[in-house]
Amino acid sequence: MRYGAKVAVDGLSLTVERCTITAVLGPNGAGKTTTLETAEGYRRPHAGSVRVLGLDPVADRHALLPRIGVMLQGGGAWSGVRADEMLRHVARLHAHPLDLEALSARLGLGECGRTPYRRLSGGQQQRLGLAMAIVGRPEVAFVDEPTAGMDPAARRTTWELLEELRDAGVTVVLTTHYMDEAERLADRIHIIDHGRLIASGTPLELTRGGHATTIRLVVTKPFPSDAPESLRRALGIGVEVTLLDELSIVVTGPADASSLAVVSRWCEENDVLPESLTLGQRTLEDVFLELTGRDLAS
Amino acid sequence: MSLDLSPRPGAAPFPRMVAAQAAMEARLMLRNGEQLLLAVVIPVIVLVGGVTGADQLGLDLAHRPVDVFTPGVLALAVMSTAFTSLAIATGFERRYGVIKRLGSSPLPRSGLLAGKVGGLLVIELFQVVVVSVVGLLLGWDPANGVVGAFLALVVGTFAFAALGLLVAGVLRAEATLAAANLIYLLLLAGGAVVLPSSSYGAFGEVTRWLPSGALGDAMRHSCLDGGVGWRDLLVLAVWGAVGTVLTARTFRWE
Repeated sequence: MRYGAKVAVDGLSLTVERCTITAVLGPNGAGKTTTLETAEGYRRPHAGSVRVLGLDPVADRHALLPRIGVMLQGGGAWSGVRADEMLRHVARLHAHPLDLEALSARLGLGECGRTPYRRLSGGQQQRLGLAMAIVGRPEVAFVDEPTAGMDPAARRTTWELLEELRDAGVTVVLTTHYMDEAERLADRIHIIDHGRLIASGTPLELTRGGHATTIRLVVTKPFPSDAPESLRRALGIGVEVTLLDELSIVVTGPADASSLAVVSRWCEENDVLPESLTLGQRTLEDVFLELTGRDLAS
Repeated sequence: MSLDLSPRPGAAPFPRMVAAQAAMEARLMLRNGEQLLLAVVIPVIVLVGGVTGADQLGLDLAHRPVDVFTPGVLALAVMSTAFTSLAIATGFERRYGVIKRLGSSPLPRSGLLAGKVGGLLVIELFQVVVVSVVGLLLGWDPANGVVGAFLALVVGTFAFAALGLLVAGVLRAEATLAAANLIYLLLLAGGAVVLPSSSYGAFGEVTRWLPSGALGDAMRHSCLDGGVGWRDLLVLAVWGAVGTVLTARTFRWE
């Protein structure tokens, strides 16, 4: 998938199982939205093929569209339309829409039903977008960054609703750059970066059961250039040492209290003053870091 | 109330989707103050001003001013809705992602277009009623040209809607707003929509071929003499066809 000369999504291959929540996780600009929009039929891939419910999203558009629900990353409503009016309009395009009152109440849209779209808060617009995506009772719901801009309570409501959708038999595909969202919600996570798939698995598989640990070392002045190599030698086999930036190093692999002691001794021998030295469980954040050498947030 | 989220997908029947879209388009247009100004207020001002000021304007008209101005203003009303209002509304729909959002709903593009046309016809019906009532109050005495006037309205809507979508599909929303209003004003002043092409002297030979002049002349033909202005309808149809082809080639949904 290209935009001009820029390749946005490159050789991405993934399969989504029915009745699961799948998260496409990656930093901004990784190609998440492009991936989703290709499945939604907005874009025709320059190479390769996409099938959703066995249908080609571009060629079989008319057969596919009634069966999927789409939440765009933003917008999608007239600026002067009232929230309840917009939702009712989308519902009318479907044969068996959800009960609007129950849906609005569920998403906390009741109190802003009469408000014009342009005056809704970002979180309210997101919730309305989600409501529009599921009001037609789709088999597959594609939701692009569903909780961006939401307050914590709305986020939790949204997560619960997405889980209920899955339990009711809806296949949910979401993009996110929030680790906790992917870890908490997804049955399967696909991590993409620069338009390529770099890892896939359940949250447990990706974090290797959560048993593996990481040591983060942040120092006050830049590491000597051979620091990763010499630290790895000090720790022995089975660990990986990644230089995150000139002031921080991450060690992953089987680590315990004695590894901490090794690291602090290494600091002493190399005249390095630690600012912080922490031991933690492996998170998706660490997975991403190992795979790309970058922070997800960057 | 419990929410049964289990999948039960399906598109509403096509006519119901189109009706919903048309109702929505018409409602939003009527809610918007500027659109209403364009749709009703300006045409009524032009009509009243033209009829009451015809003597001072020194126009050499072959008929009573009210009989010339009323069909002209009906044509103006069609132009303002089918061209200017539609272009502006569509430009902002592109900007706000409405067209994109509806593009992933069960409503096909043909349904979206049909809904838009339906919305336009609802507004135009409202305009025709208002302008006709004002015209009748001013003493308008139309010939029986209902068929011709109806055809002019329909073919004129087709031509101007195609041109409006052409503008809205290529330019940014703000540029569309500016261009649609500017073209409207130019055609109002020099496009032979309110006044007949014959009152433009030699330039009337040009205005006859403009969609504005053709629509105005078709409307006047049927309201003054009865009958159908076939030549003008043909000109409008050609504008509509050219506009449709160009729009289909250039329209960008986002």
